Amino acid sequence: MAKENRISMEHGAGGQLMQSLIGEIILKNLTNTKAGTVGLESLDDGATIALDRSFLSDNPNAELVMTTDSHVVKPIFFPGGDIGKVAVCGAVNDLAVMGAKPLAVSSGMIIPEGFSITDLEKIVQSMDAALNEIGVPLITGDTKTIEGTALDSIIINIAAIGICDAPVRDCGLRAGDKIIVSGFIADHGMALLTKREGFEFNSDLESDTAPLWKMIEPILDVKTADGKRAVTAMKDPTRGGVADALNEMAQKSKVCIRVYEEKLPIRETVHVSCEMLGLDPLEIANEGKAIIGVHHDCAEYVLGLLKQHSYGRDAAVIGEVVDEKPGKVILVSALGSTRYVDVPTGDPIPRVC
Amino acid sequence: MIIMARTDPFLENPVEIQKKLVAAIAADPKPARIMHICGTHERTIAKYGIRSLLPAGIEVLSGPGCPVCVTPDDDIDTAILLAKKGLTVITFGDMLRVPGTEESLFDARAEGADVRMVYSIDDAVKIAKEHPEKEFVFFSIGFETTIPTTAAAVLRGFPPNFSIYTSLKLTPPAIALLVSDINVDAFIAPGHVAVITGTVPYNDFARAGYPFAVAGFESYDILLGIKMLTDQLKKGTSFVENAYVRAVKAEGNVIAQKMMSDVFDVSDVEWRGLGIIPGSGLVLKEKYKEYDAGIKYKELYAPALEKIREIRAKKKKNCICAAILTGKATPADCPMFGKTCKPANPVGPCMVSDEGMCHSWYKYCRD
Repeated sequence: MAKENRISMEHGAGGQLMQSLIGEIILKNLTNTKAGTVGLESLDDGATIALDRSFLSDNPNAELVMTTDSHVVKPIFFPGGDIGKVAVCGAVNDLAVMGAKPLAVSSGMIIPEGFSITDLEKIVQSMDAALNEIGVPLITGDTKTIEGTALDSIIINIAAIGICDAPVRDCGLRAGDKIIVSGFIADHGMALLTKREGFEFNSDLESDTAPLWKMIEPILDVKTADGKRAVTAMKDPTRGGVADALNEMAQKSKVCIRVYEEKLPIRETVHVSCEMLGLDPLEIANEGKAIIGVHHDCAEYVLGLLKQHSYGRDAAVIGEVVDEKPGKVILVSALGSTRYVDVPTGDPIPRVC
Repeated sequence: MIIMARTDPFLENPVEIQKKLVAAIAADPKPARIMHICGTHERTIAKYGIRSLLPAGIEVLSGPGCPVCVTPDDDIDTAILLAKKGLTVITFGDMLRVPGTEESLFDARAEGADVRMVYSIDDAVKIAKEHPEKEFVFFSIGFETTIPTTAAAVLRGFPPNFSIYTSLKLTPPAIALLVSDINVDAFIAPGHVAVITGTVPYNDFARAGYPFAVAGFESYDILLGIKMLTDQLKKGTSFVENAYVRAVKAEGNVIAQKMMSDVFDVSDVEWRGLGIIPGSGLVLKEKYKEYDAGIKYKELYAPALEKIREIRAKKKKNCICAAILTGKATPADCPMFGKTCKPANPVGPCMVSDEGMCHSWYKYCRD
């Protein structure tokens, strides 16, 4: 019996086994599979997405936004989520920080032989839960199996498509803008590191993996006194952390960002374990946060809107955009001392002693 | 950071206290060259921008305090050779990027060698027990801070497929060399090391005229240490002060000291940038030689190491890490800093570790 609960090469061979895998494990666990007349359940060569004609006529500059993201995560199940949830959130959050309403996603899975079918089912269920939260269907997919010797864990690719009236870019910051982060930083990376390495601290720390569209949607409508969108730039600080995202925003916008250390929302357990391991919370990954540049007149209002959503409850204004040193990110400590925040080199490596 | 500042178990109001310390140091400043000898101190100083808070005449120099940075080419080359000869080499994460003569352990891994990263020797022993079919070498580096855990693991015993290649260093002999060689007025002593050694090893240097302050690793610990040292310099005194009383006792950790002396003999070892320093290293005692990978696998690596030494002798690295490690130069003086030598592609060891002076400058201070 045990053997039947594992993926074999035949599950990817296009025959009956594959049909039953798709039917019993994937389709059965997905609630929403249609965005038009042809959806995933049709098992056709592709899927369709119906267009919202009234949105198009109201927004003559409307554009589709598309993104794709492949995920490998170790461990695949971690406190606060799993690879399925993080794959879905990674893709739909990329759309959300572009200011785009997600319309549909596709899923491509590469599964090694020997992978537990029970685990696969759990992964599909959590993909479904994350998609349901923001009302987005999974409309097309692909599954391949590969020799266990060639791959030691599942790979999931999610492509997502969305629509916006005008895209929010990561290069739109202007001097005077306030910088908001939508909640506690570094939870995801530290939760994974703790679980992966078997550390005995942080036992109740969970990843922040979450789909952010519903939190972001209301702030897109906020306008300045002269009728412009109050949100000037957005980015989700995933791998590379807040440090990487802020640097990219500063460089592309050709401005300097000043961040105030005492304003950064960091959990005590994350702060202490980062200190112990010689890691910088600014460089640790997040999977459910947004960094938002906002016109200074609207910052408090936008902050208030974010705080109304459970994912934005701990949002904070962490800094501002200034005219000096274009492309740099400066951290100001509680003492008033300053230092640059640099782009991380690679994966954070804990220190020796 | 915000949470820490609110709930810090040791200080009621760290920001206010630090502002007072900064003001006190800045009042009537006397020029001083203060050296710390700890990578974690460098990290705290750079991360909190402490140099930017001090008056112009007070310089804080970085000494040879990063265990990764002082590990010599010869030891790194040996570890790489062992990995390339088919053994599994296990070590701490920041050793993997350090370039040896021709490549790093990361490079060796990319070519197919089995190189792994752990957080402690106990994890390495565990891996070896799980894989009795393989031979494992733990590349054991570090100062008095990590040596006791290695000693404790040796005392517990290793499985037959596990041995250690040691590059272990003691800090007081390096300080002795520094005070004879360089222009420094006072020292911040490393808190983690002093937890083990106590403050006694610094008394000789204090008697020789150098004020010492043992400091911890929060920004207020460092500022308190600097305040103590500048006060001593103004008064003309020189003794060992403890700015880290919550962790450091004068006699240190006697149990850890005994474990170290039970397992290791003191020996003359090479430090990168400083050469061979008498009595500055530890090697396994005769009775533990079966655990010594340097002896166990000598025939496997020795001939190839000779060849690499010849290559190394001909190669001239333009790197001034040696001068930086001894406080005679700053990273800004190095022609390669930030150009050919960057954290992603380090030429010298000071750029590799998060605790290295060059890495720290590149990350936090570079314009």
